[in-house]
Amino acid sequence: MTAPSPAAPDTAEAVRTAALAGHYGRFGGRFVPEALMAALDELEAAFTEAADDPAFQDRLRTLQGDYAGRPTKLYLAERLTEHGGGARIYLKREDLAHTGSHKLCNVLGQGLLAQRMGKPRVIAETGAGQHGVATATVAAKLGLECVVYMGEEDCRRQRLNVIRMQMLGAEVVPVRSGTRTLKDAINEAMRDWVANVETTHYLIGSVMGPHLFPLLVREYVKVIGTEIRAQVLDREGRLPDAVVACVGGGSNAMGAFHPFIPDAQVRLVGVEAGGEGVEGDRHAATVSGGSEDHPRDAHDRAAGRVWAGPSHPLDLGGPGLPRRRARARVARRHRPRHLPGRNRHPGARGLPAAVAPRGHHPGAGAVPRGPADAAPRPRAGPRRDRGAQPVRARGQGRRRGRVAAAHRATR
Amino acid sequence: MTTTTTTSVEAAIRAANADGRAALIIYLPAGYPDLETSLACLEAAAGAGADLLEVGFPYSDPLMDGPTIQAANQVALDRGYTPDDDLAMCGRLTAAVDVPALVMTYYNLAWHYGGVERLGAFAAAAAQAALAGAILPDLPAEEGDAWRAEAAAHDLATVFLAAPSSTGPRLDAVAEASSGFVYATSTMGVTGERASLSDRAAPLVARLRERTGKPVCVGIGVTTRDHAAEVAGFADGVIVGSAAVRAAGDGGPDAVAALVRDLAEGCRRR
Repeated sequence: MTAPSPAAPDTAEAVRTAALAGHYGRFGGRFVPEALMAALDELEAAFTEAADDPAFQDRLRTLQGDYAGRPTKLYLAERLTEHGGGARIYLKREDLAHTGSHKLCNVLGQGLLAQRMGKPRVIAETGAGQHGVATATVAAKLGLECVVYMGEEDCRRQRLNVIRMQMLGAEVVPVRSGTRTLKDAINEAMRDWVANVETTHYLIGSVMGPHLFPLLVREYVKVIGTEIRAQVLDREGRLPDAVVACVGGGSNAMGAFHPFIPDAQVRLVGVEAGGEGVEGDRHAATVSGGSEDHPRDAHDRAAGRVWAGPSHPLDLGGPGLPRRRARARVARRHRPRHLPGRNRHPGARGLPAAVAPRGHHPGAGAVPRGPADAAPRPRAGPRRDRGAQPVRARGQGRRRGRVAAAHRATR
Repeated sequence: MTTTTTTSVEAAIRAANADGRAALIIYLPAGYPDLETSLACLEAAAGAGADLLEVGFPYSDPLMDGPTIQAANQVALDRGYTPDDDLAMCGRLTAAVDVPALVMTYYNLAWHYGGVERLGAFAAAAAQAALAGAILPDLPAEEGDAWRAEAAAHDLATVFLAAPSSTGPRLDAVAEASSGFVYATSTMGVTGERASLSDRAAPLVARLRERTGKPVCVGIGVTTRDHAAEVAGFADGVIVGSAAVRAAGDGGPDAVAALVRDLAEGCRRR
């Protein structure tokens, strides 16, 4: 079942060289137990081969179209555009994709890969349940056994999704360790994978985990941005001024943003859940409010505060995004700040728990320039009360007016 | 970066082997059930015949650990101990016992201790506490160069893990990178007590023997004196974690000492 594939490193030196490929500056890499390393090599080999296999790509395209309902619609939100008075605001209707979110893009790709690798079982972590539902759906479709790990607290909050997964034939395992939310579900899924790696594919749903996963997820979700780009060009005859996407585990934002990387004039704005404010310890803003180098991290672990470390490539400067953006964001984060606390759901893989009900949100919006720059001004300074924090990927706050209108559209 | 001098870790294993025994390596987490009792338990393990000690530094996301060690970790974290508290306890431990002690924790702790990419800070602190080395189970060999350089600069051994699923080239990399010993995980899975020893341990040790003269020790799922005796038949050292942690929680230093004496009997080759 785990026959060595041609792309697997065949010398100790090749093992070391291959490791360099999965690094993105200070992020990325593979920081998991040795037991999983051979499976990661196997996954990379399977992915590389599948990328060059027309039959695989045809099957994926057919399923994305006929089964998942892609491309999803781009909708001009007329009333919101009028209300904002500035940008023409389009909503990318990922909520209309099968299972109700963008999650199926990635899951279909990885599900087919699992099948290709001859693995009869998939496991997944889920926060609100969208990724779990998508995984259970694809597992049923492809005839794979499916186990979904979900924090006990999240199971309670998202009971309907639990029922939906069970109806699809998946086993949902409530996770009672730690904070009983997404980060602990991820830990538990990893433990399952260590024990069952020879028969099981861990179908990760976010831009996280050891290399190849962030790249893999990006490759399967970037269809979202590819569609947005073509649809906006078709409707407006030009590229949008900005693309705005919510950031939880990063798959939606990565999918929406990635095809726009070469378009320097398109601002890419990620919006994170600010909770009670990123200066406090009750928020889920991994990128705006997380840390990568705060020396107190090691000492804050008692409150479950250990934050993104080397195995935590959730980062907008991650797979395929240019360094200039990463720099802008990092500079912002060098300000000393109090680190997230217990209720912040800091992820094992640097993830916030996606605990907010996520169903039926439009995943991303595209914002072509409107006739006038009359959008409302954003509040000065960080919001302390609630709501979203824009991630200034570039431009550092310049031309924020138009963005604010779109930013409101994502709440 | 090849370690030319024999580390104290390797020396302790060789000394046990020369004495007709497999080395007995006991894992206990710092701060469980509290910091003072964990120190007493580690001292008791050394006094009862452990040849090496592994001191676990609790971490919030122990993805290589099963329920016993997870729960012990959580107790220590809930008490609010920091890595500096753990290190201070290790300093007292190494002053009190004459067997080498290694820190076993997740890479994130070492990575963050002195700020990102200041791994030297953690290595220096570990050396300051007179620890002999480190085991970082989520640091694979090919990601380990930066840590190994810092560890070597502070005379710390770095033990890497090998798994039954490791390919030949991967075992080559693990064997080459390891100093002190190579940690062969007996089974595919997380730490925890098991009824029987996995039949994958012996073949893994044999595959490592083809590649290295460094000591090979077996851990994960090694629970009883009989398991220890079985492992002693083909490996240089026997690593026991969860069973020791359970003893520490159930009966403190006395229970740990009793368990270690029993396991030490199993390690003696007949």
